[in-house]
Amino acid sequence: MSLSFENLEEVIDLVKNVHGFDLSGYSRASLKRRVSRIMDLYRLDFVGLKDNLVNTSGFFARFLMEVTVNVTEMFRDPAFYLALREEVLPYLATFPHIKIWSAGCSTGEEVYSLAILLKKQGLYNRSFIYGTDINSKVLDRAKQGIIDLKKMKEYSDNYLHTGSGDSLSEYYTAKYDAAIIHHDLRKNILFSVHNLVSDGVFNEFQLITCRNVLIYFNLELQERVFHLLYESLALFGFLCLGSKETLRYERLKDRFRLVNKKQNIYQKIA
Amino acid sequence: MADKLRTIEVLILACSAGGFRVLFDMLKALPGNLPIGVLVVIHRNAKYETNVEASIMSKCHIAVKVAEEKEPLRPATAYFAPAGYHLLIEPDRSISLDISEPVNFCRPSIDVTMQSVADVYGAAAAAVLLSGANNDGAQGMRAIQQAGGLCIVQHPDDAEIGVMPEAAIALGAADLILHDDELVTLCQKLNNYILTGNQPWRN
Repeated sequence: MSLSFENLEEVIDLVKNVHGFDLSGYSRASLKRRVSRIMDLYRLDFVGLKDNLVNTSGFFARFLMEVTVNVTEMFRDPAFYLALREEVLPYLATFPHIKIWSAGCSTGEEVYSLAILLKKQGLYNRSFIYGTDINSKVLDRAKQGIIDLKKMKEYSDNYLHTGSGDSLSEYYTAKYDAAIIHHDLRKNILFSVHNLVSDGVFNEFQLITCRNVLIYFNLELQERVFHLLYESLALFGFLCLGSKETLRYERLKDRFRLVNKKQNIYQKIA
Repeated sequence: MADKLRTIEVLILACSAGGFRVLFDMLKALPGNLPIGVLVVIHRNAKYETNVEASIMSKCHIAVKVAEEKEPLRPATAYFAPAGYHLLIEPDRSISLDISEPVNFCRPSIDVTMQSVADVYGAAAAAVLLSGANNDGAQGMRAIQQAGGLCIVQHPDDAEIGVMPEAAIALGAADLILHDDELVTLCQKLNNYILTGNQPWRN
């Protein structure tokens, strides 16, 4: 089904007015692709899409699920986890409590990866990880801590490349076609809904990961979210962005020290 | 063809397995004062670092770089889609990166970039599809064609692996089928075709 950029603006307005959800700061090219995909999936034309958004109960939840990108992996970019272990964790180890926020955590693979990393370094017991997403459905999946065993094989390969020295299988139990993350790795984790567009600071963190979320936002919204992340960081806390995302705002640049250019890790210094 | 080339404001070069050599020859042939930007989509594994851009850069007259998100398209510059990301174009003609699901096992997907370019540039796009072992790019070429843009396909006889060009041809999404030497000559002479005053940065 075809959707023009003008149609897309109408959808954005409608979603804001009817559901109070502000998509206006989202990059249009990706959003258009996602919304077109939903129209194909449900065999809707533009009028049908609008009708369902307004009149079909439960449709908006499915719309939101499809419109946001929920692709994630355990230990995605192994070099990033290597950098965390070598350059960030020794510093975090000096704190009595380590609070971590995984912003835009989707189905939780990154949160569990961080938990395993901390466990291996003997830091998990004094850590607490908040995983947030705008989408409550993906968080329901995240809370289960159950991962497709086939995917786990791929993640094991990622884990191997983080140079941690042990095997990922030490952290889950395989049963039938699924891998269940060990219970002791799940006790210091909380998954909850948070919208980077409209919600504010909810705690103070020593480490925030917000990877491959900002690429879906326009520059204006990116700047707002950068401020939110800055405000949510403790002094000398760390901010991790996706490998193709940049902290490009002059005013904020001075307040961060670049820790690892390649892996996009920054430390708040002012 | 010359008519369509007069008004192009962006050029897409896309290839997969077996297409790198002619792709590089084409990039090297593009003139340093090319008035438009070039988008390059190649299939490569995100797990292994490649320095394709760095190795070709010094041999080109135009600038060559990895595309960065929200960066506006400049003339005489080739932007490579980063491994592991789809490359899209925003309505303001800046670059967007997207890490959503691979399309037909490809990320970057040639189809995704071409469809996005067709959406934004319409008839002002030209696309070249080279050698490759799958169907990626065929739907994208059709989108470019339907928007009025120009679609050029490497001659399957010249392609190391003809599957990709053949898929586009089978869809009827090839306005021109060119041999390797013709593709390189076209790049060399591209400025002769593009209408002066048609520079995309004129506003």
